[in-house]
Amino acid sequence: MRHLALERWARGSSPLHHRDPRAKIVALLVFLIALATDSHGLPWFALGLVVLLVTALLWARIPVWGALARAGIVLPFSAVFAAVSWLAGDPARGAPLAMKSYLSALAVLVVTSTTPLPVLLRGLEAMGAPSFLLDVGQFLHRYFFVISEEAQRMNQAAVARGVSGRQWGFGGPVFRASAGALAVLFGRSYGRAGDIHRAMLARGFDGRFRPLRTLRFQRADLLFTAVASLAPIAMRLAVERALA
Amino acid sequence: MHIPDGFLSTPVWATLDAAAAPAVVYLTRRAQRSLEENKVPLLGVLGAFVFAAQMINFPVGPGTTGHLVGGALLAFTLGPAPASMVMVAILAVQALVFQDGGILALGANITNMAVMGVLAGYLPFHIWGATRWRGFSVFAGGALSVLVSACLALAELLISGVRMPGSVLSVSLALFTVSAILEGAITLAVLRALEKVQPKTIHYPRPGRSPVLAGVALTAVLLATVGVLFAASGPDGIEKVLNLHAGSLQVNLLRQASTGILGLAMIYGACLVIGRVASRRRSL
Amino acid sequence: MSPLIEVRGLSYRYEDGTLALNGVDFRMEPGESVALLGPNGSGKTTFVLHLNGLLRGEGSIQVCGLPVEKPNLPAIRRKLGVVFQDSDNQLFMPTVVEDVAFGLLNLGMENEAALSKARAALETVAMSAAESKAPYHLSAGEKKRVAIAGVLAMEPEILVLDEPTTFLDPPGHRSLAELLAQLPQSKIVITHDNRLAAALCKRAVFFERGQIAAEGPVDSIVARFGWDVSWERTKSRS
Repeated sequence: MRHLALERWARGSSPLHHRDPRAKIVALLVFLIALATDSHGLPWFALGLVVLLVTALLWARIPVWGALARAGIVLPFSAVFAAVSWLAGDPARGAPLAMKSYLSALAVLVVTSTTPLPVLLRGLEAMGAPSFLLDVGQFLHRYFFVISEEAQRMNQAAVARGVSGRQWGFGGPVFRASAGALAVLFGRSYGRAGDIHRAMLARGFDGRFRPLRTLRFQRADLLFTAVASLAPIAMRLAVERALA
Repeated sequence: MHIPDGFLSTPVWATLDAAAAPAVVYLTRRAQRSLEENKVPLLGVLGAFVFAAQMINFPVGPGTTGHLVGGALLAFTLGPAPASMVMVAILAVQALVFQDGGILALGANITNMAVMGVLAGYLPFHIWGATRWRGFSVFAGGALSVLVSACLALAELLISGVRMPGSVLSVSLALFTVSAILEGAITLAVLRALEKVQPKTIHYPRPGRSPVLAGVALTAVLLATVGVLFAASGPDGIEKVLNLHAGSLQVNLLRQASTGILGLAMIYGACLVIGRVASRRRSL
Repeated sequence: MSPLIEVRGLSYRYEDGTLALNGVDFRMEPGESVALLGPNGSGKTTFVLHLNGLLRGEGSIQVCGLPVEKPNLPAIRRKLGVVFQDSDNQLFMPTVVEDVAFGLLNLGMENEAALSKARAALETVAMSAAESKAPYHLSAGEKKRVAIAGVLAMEPEILVLDEPTTFLDPPGHRSLAELLAQLPQSKIVITHDNRLAAALCKRAVFFERGQIAAEGPVDSIVARFGWDVSWERTKSRS
């Protein structure tokens, strides 16, 4: 599954990996907002941003082509909308839309490929997001792969029992077999949650999650935040000035 | 239905982000209070379940498959506020790990799917779930959750200036309807199976509760959705305005902002209703 | 000498009314290890969940001299550690070391101390290299070791293991048995593997339909109830 590559990249060890997640989140937001609010600078601004992101990928020792390809997941969506806009007599909208959505996806990828999700969630918690929500997100992430494997296996078994040439379709046996499989999986997941809770209690859980490592914002993080935030802003100003 | 970054105009995504943030905080607190004990593992695991279930293909016809979205199902088994919160977690993980949906667009996606979609999905069940119209209310809930989310997303795109010829609009709406029916059917099928296997996991509303507030809320949600979509897609209105006024940018922004404020109002109204309904659940 | 565990007249009913345990008496002395044998659904796991208060039934239970009641639970849960059957449900934290340290942090230990104790526990189970890994990337045998480390870190006096060799391949099975044999704690082992039971425990208790049908040396219980895993092929007719 393609997500495994991301997990592997995120556990790497480069200066960018070691930056505080809060620094990366702030830099990402500045980047995204600078990009989203731009209306004229586009092809040149986009070029500058690509260079910025590729530099970050190289610095983080993330496979550049792999990342560029993975960010391309938004392109079919953009292509459809570009086509629709063209049909509606607004061809100029397509290219900026594709560029913006691609670059945004790539920027997010730079952050998520250098920060394991649980660390990112802790960064968000330190920035004020509700802990309950983030704890749920952490568990969701932990058990997603386990349950989706379980789901695939169950569904295959269920469909194998239900299939027969002309029985595909709405409400047919395959449909009902899959729905039944989902219900069983739901029940199993409910039971699993109970088991997990008991395992937590057995080791003294009292309702509060205590982090093993606390985040510490250091000078390197401050420097990174400043440079990474100013870069897209400076680029945009330069492009706008040049075009004016 | 997950809107990526770059599609929405700044007034739209910014307003929806500003509106969704306090809504998420409110819903999280509501969810925490409506569950008897720290239920992090349950919500996390069921969120993982929905996320995984979204990948199971249901045959719709020759060569076409659809899948469950799950907001309504979560609402029927956890209650609306926890369901909303789990959907928020799912959307966040999808955006971060799978690049499914943008980051600046999270406010919009959360509003559409986690707030309005869950609410529209839950309300029919709240009204009829304890009556003999139960099956219908489950189906309607599933269908409405998808329909409302999709229409709101479409409306936001239109307001942002993405232009669509009428034919594409109609095809989109037709596709939404098919997805909605599929969601209703799958949700109903799964819930029926659950009734046989694990009936305790379903949160039925108590019979005899006044459905007036819920009915009003549901009507409001539907009217708001239709209204926004209507306003957004009125092409003549936008054309005329843009042609008549050279400084049309201001009017356009004003329209966008006012629709954004309408969105804000919808979200706050939705949260209030979810909160009311969720606290009634707790007093059962 | 006072017993490590003393159970008297334990009964427990499920929500739907079925009787899961029906008047169970059990005793374990310090230094002993006991195997719990019996058919699936006979109440072995249900019994064990009462020892640290995860389930509450009728009757009296004392662990290390403390009655199993709400105020004593934190102390009891430190002294009696449970390794559950499904390691995935026990390793719920994002990384191995965070999971092993979980119990220690709950006891109020400082981060630095918890980290070093967790590392020591990982050393004991030979999983130090996996410290920063996510549980999803571990094999069944590795997950079981980490789960054990998470329990050992709390320095319990009693180790309860629920079918520890499920999901393990033969090499995994053997190396786990070796590891468990080296651990000094008193053990209660639920297992279907008579050889593991014989290797780790002197005494066995046989559960049947929520009651203890018999107890005695492992080998004689196994022989009496036909609980041996090995089988002989009957001679085929020519």
